[in-house]
Amino acid sequence: MTGRLTLWWMIFRISLSERLVYRGDFILSTLIRFMPIITQVLLWTAVIGAGESDNIKGMDIGDIVAYYLLVTVARAFSSMPGLTHGIAGEIRDGQIKKYLIQPIDLIGFLLAKRIAHKLVYYMMATIPFGIVFFLFRDYFDGWPPMHVMLAYIASLGLAFCIGFFLEATFGFIAFWWLEVTSLMFMYMLMNFFFSGHMFPLDFLPDWLRNGFDCLPFQYMAYFPCAVFLERMTWEQTINGLWIGFAWAVFFFITTQLSFRFGVRRYSGFGG
Amino acid sequence: MDCLKTMPTIEVNNLTKTYRVYQKKEGLMQAIRGLGKREYKQVQAVRGINMQVEQGEFVAFLGPNGAGKTTTLKLLSGVITPTDGTATVLGHVPWQREDNYRRRFALVMGQKNQLWWDLPAQESFRLHQKIYRVPEEQFDATHDELVDLLGVRKLLGQPVRELSLGERMKMELIAALLHSPDVLFLDEPTIGLDVVAQHNIQKFLKHYQQERKITILLTSHYMKDITALCQRVVIIANGQMHYDGSLSGIIDEFGGHKNLTLQFPEGIENLPDLAMYGKVLEVQTPRVKLQVQRSEVGQVLASILSVHPVDDISVEDPPLEEVIANVFSTATDPGEDASA
Repeated sequence: MTGRLTLWWMIFRISLSERLVYRGDFILSTLIRFMPIITQVLLWTAVIGAGESDNIKGMDIGDIVAYYLLVTVARAFSSMPGLTHGIAGEIRDGQIKKYLIQPIDLIGFLLAKRIAHKLVYYMMATIPFGIVFFLFRDYFDGWPPMHVMLAYIASLGLAFCIGFFLEATFGFIAFWWLEVTSLMFMYMLMNFFFSGHMFPLDFLPDWLRNGFDCLPFQYMAYFPCAVFLERMTWEQTINGLWIGFAWAVFFFITTQLSFRFGVRRYSGFGG
Repeated sequence: MDCLKTMPTIEVNNLTKTYRVYQKKEGLMQAIRGLGKREYKQVQAVRGINMQVEQGEFVAFLGPNGAGKTTTLKLLSGVITPTDGTATVLGHVPWQREDNYRRRFALVMGQKNQLWWDLPAQESFRLHQKIYRVPEEQFDATHDELVDLLGVRKLLGQPVRELSLGERMKMELIAALLHSPDVLFLDEPTIGLDVVAQHNIQKFLKHYQQERKITILLTSHYMKDITALCQRVVIIANGQMHYDGSLSGIIDEFGGHKNLTLQFPEGIENLPDLAMYGKVLEVQTPRVKLQVQRSEVGQVLASILSVHPVDDISVEDPPLEEVIANVFSTATDPGEDASA
């Protein structure tokens, strides 16, 4: 166990070093993530301004801005830039061989690497995030109670796990398909719509909204925001956490299976 | 226990690997048709290979491109699973990829980079130490020995992407050997290197293998690698083994002829017609080079000397490269092409 922890710590440290090599690109890619927040705020201000009512399904512009800020935080946990394409690329060009010959758990390795990348991102994003949240502080009703905060933190952890294992599974599908760009495109499209990234899911009719509870997408964006903003009862929050946990376990299993079966049919492409 | 002692390090029986390869026809219409129905070809990359390698042997795999050499190494290192046959390396079935096995071998691929591209090699070495659970003292000793042997101490802090090909290969070798593997698979380790770098790598490998007595399987297209390093050669073509023995034995088995060089007296006006004795390879008056069947060398020489004045004679085996190229070209393809 100690050996494994030391290994993970080493992978984590090296991944941090690697992430910080290209400073310019890293800083720009971190800052550029704030562009969507600004465009969303402008878009929804225009949408509400054009309507007769000052709210949509009970959400005014302040609620929507608060929601989008929290969606950005949730997506900072659940989105995995480059993970699927990275895995698929290594399968296609044969680089994955180096992991197959080493006494290493590839999925654990990818997880440690991803956590390192995320932590660097959070460190860099803390100040700009803080500024944005400070500027829009009037749209929040203060901090939620401690038990809600804990549920919120748990929901962010689940968002990370679901996002990581889901995208890793898609990456390992490249053992069969080699190219997964279209699959990822479909996933991103569905995720954008069903996760609450495009608009708050509260805007949907109840029959459709309830159906989304069973899908994994909302646990990667909408659910953490709804928990923080206390837009659901405590019972619904706990149920949601359990469903999110079940999805995380499900995708953990699909990751393991897709890797295990994929390796068996791997042809060792690329010389 | 006695049984374990006598067990070969590598044992391969009827090892076969068949790939299913999509046959894409030319043109847009064919690409559209391919969305519905596709044609596949079975490619037998390795066809029933049998071999045993003892501990401490340095074995070369020789063969043309697509012969099945790399596929064999991929099978033995557990990267791919065979279609048929069995193999054990150090008593393990490679494609089960047990950690106990993976800690005991290393694979170096000349065309693949295993180090972290953007970081100094030293960072990758430290990671390897943790992956292979090498104790600190052993790591320091092995690391220092390898770094000094390959003369790369000054380059340890330089990002891998900024190293030359030769320097990178040295770093790859260090990374592969840090955990002191019992078996080393080398897939074209000198590919693309200049003569000096090739020589340095050969010298290092020879020294390391002699010191550690590890088992090494090497594939290379450079005959200099093979002649400098390997006592035993396995020739593979079209996925089949065509020869397994010593380097010199290749000429005995496949070099069906010898080259005679006859030096006639200076000033000779008409060189004799020697075509009746064998194939005339070269005429540079007063010297003639003749290719003769090995079994007829004595008889041909006696006949020529009895009729013509000859100042000097030399009898040589054909160049090894020529013999091997001949083996490759005559290796029959029993089905589809093999491929690595």
